[in-house]
Amino acid sequence: MSIALRDDIAARRFAARQRVNRIALTLALLAMVFGVFWLVWILWETLRLGLGGLALSTLTQMTPPPNEAGGLANAIFGSVVMVALATFVGAPIGVMAGVFLAEYGNIRGLAWLASLTRFVNDILLSAPSIVIGLFVYTLAVRTFHTFSAIAGALALALLVIPVVIRTTEDMLRLVPAAQREAAYALGAPKWKVILQITLRAARAGVITGILLAVARITGETAPLLFTALNNQFWSTDLGAPMANLPVTIFKFAMSPYENWQQLAWAGVFLITLAVLFLNIVARWIARERR
Amino acid sequence: MTALNSSQPFHPSATDRKPPSPSARRAPGVWGSLVFGLFAGGAALFTLLLLAGILLTLLIGAQPAIEKYGLGFLTRSVWDPGQGDFGALAMVYGTLATSFIALVIAVPVSFGIALFLTELAPAWLKRPLGTTIELLAAVPSIVYGMWGLLVFGPFLAAYVQQPLQNMFGEVPGLSTLFTGPPVGIGILSAGIILAIMIIPFISAVMRDVFEVTPALLKESAYGLGSTTWEVVWKVVLPYTKAGVIGGVMLGLGRALGETMAVTFVIGNMSQLDSPSLFQAANSITSVLANEFAESGGGLHEAALLYLGLVLFFITFVVLAFSKWLLLRLQRAEGART
Repeated sequence: MSIALRDDIAARRFAARQRVNRIALTLALLAMVFGVFWLVWILWETLRLGLGGLALSTLTQMTPPPNEAGGLANAIFGSVVMVALATFVGAPIGVMAGVFLAEYGNIRGLAWLASLTRFVNDILLSAPSIVIGLFVYTLAVRTFHTFSAIAGALALALLVIPVVIRTTEDMLRLVPAAQREAAYALGAPKWKVILQITLRAARAGVITGILLAVARITGETAPLLFTALNNQFWSTDLGAPMANLPVTIFKFAMSPYENWQQLAWAGVFLITLAVLFLNIVARWIARERR
Repeated sequence: MTALNSSQPFHPSATDRKPPSPSARRAPGVWGSLVFGLFAGGAALFTLLLLAGILLTLLIGAQPAIEKYGLGFLTRSVWDPGQGDFGALAMVYGTLATSFIALVIAVPVSFGIALFLTELAPAWLKRPLGTTIELLAAVPSIVYGMWGLLVFGPFLAAYVQQPLQNMFGEVPGLSTLFTGPPVGIGILSAGIILAIMIIPFISAVMRDVFEVTPALLKESAYGLGSTTWEVVWKVVLPYTKAGVIGGVMLGLGRALGETMAVTFVIGNMSQLDSPSLFQAANSITSVLANEFAESGGGLHEAALLYLGLVLFFITFVVLAFSKWLLLRLQRAEGART
């Protein structure tokens, strides 16, 4: 009697545990669906409204006044110029600092500098980008009394550096020590070992990091708001405000004008496309290497 | 490595007439290494100077506001550029409230996603789903913002805010949370958009730390008859606690400093009159994005820079804490293996 009762209780507890398990796992499945659902919705709207606003004139004409036809040519050009400038300035500094962390970081007497740099770099990596914008504003814009493309590029470069440092260090650490030692044994000086052996071995990873950094700054808006500002016209003057896609999208999307909103969707579509493309290429390069 | 450089014989003197010895030909290597090392060290120092520079310029720029208000700036709720009277409370509240809503939504969902990816998903689905979540993290925030303003906001107003008002409009206490025009703009929408943005970050970290759990531990629990849920809840989660909290903090840091996604949907009103979640408000980042370029120097600009300093300080504390937790997990892992 009592044994039967105990068995009954045990069976019921087992059933209860199974039930909890099923509920929890169903919720996990729902969470996954929930996460993917937003991505699909956002990408779908971007695709639908973006393609709707996209035409050949988007790529060839200047940003228009309200309720007139036009395109995004000057904004696209400005974005490309500033992203390219920022990468050319930021990537070498990032790579060199990454080299320092990976190749000089364990030298006695420098270890403290390396771990401090690593910590500071992690802080910079996730610091609010708008604060970087404030910094460059006080540094460059206020000093030279004008918003300029150079200030915008500088703000973006400061965002490139931490990303590149992190990936460069990680990738250099993957290079087997035996390769370095073999090069040293042949009498190569340290700088040659780094430039021609380790950096070359880690090339794919370093390029991946740079591409990810480019992807990140392509969509950055906040640091450009008060450095490059915006420009309604075609400008190649680096010392003057320059149009760029993110700030143009911000301005157009917040406006009540139908044609501006349409152009903003087209711009968002182009940016999303560029960023996803860069990310996929970066992943592909990283995978090829393995 | 250093031994190699220091063991070089010293340079042959100028009086040495013999043809250059092998060590003399290696001398450029020494100089090259020195110059290269200086460049590398200089680049590392540059990042340190960068952080110091950011802090210093913000401090100097904010000086007029710091002198005038001191720390009381944080508890003043006026923000009136017209009268030249400034206080940070409304924006600090906006930043904290939106980030809090984001965490409340994002943490359970991210946990579910990580659980699904590590324990449930069939092997062929793990990679593509993981990649999808990571790509979601790469989408620029301006895309979320614009989508939030033009697509999600109207949807939220019609299908969530109005029903909530109908349901709780009469309930005392709750009704104050849901007053205001249901137009899909305000603290609630900003919080939801932030949640969607940080879910990929948090779930990616959680998945990575869950995978750190030794298979032996999990198999022992399964061997004792645990269900999958019990293994995750009672074995995996306690084991990876520090890492999970670190990941959540990382997401929080993102949410606190996010600008564009918030600026689009929060409504941009520096007020604190109503605790309603539907009320238009302002966060630190949104007020910076909207007002800084036109502040035209003076106290207004100083007050905005002070706000930037406050934001930087908050995110600094959160990030340093998260990094410390993640490091602790790594050390514990190292000690155990």
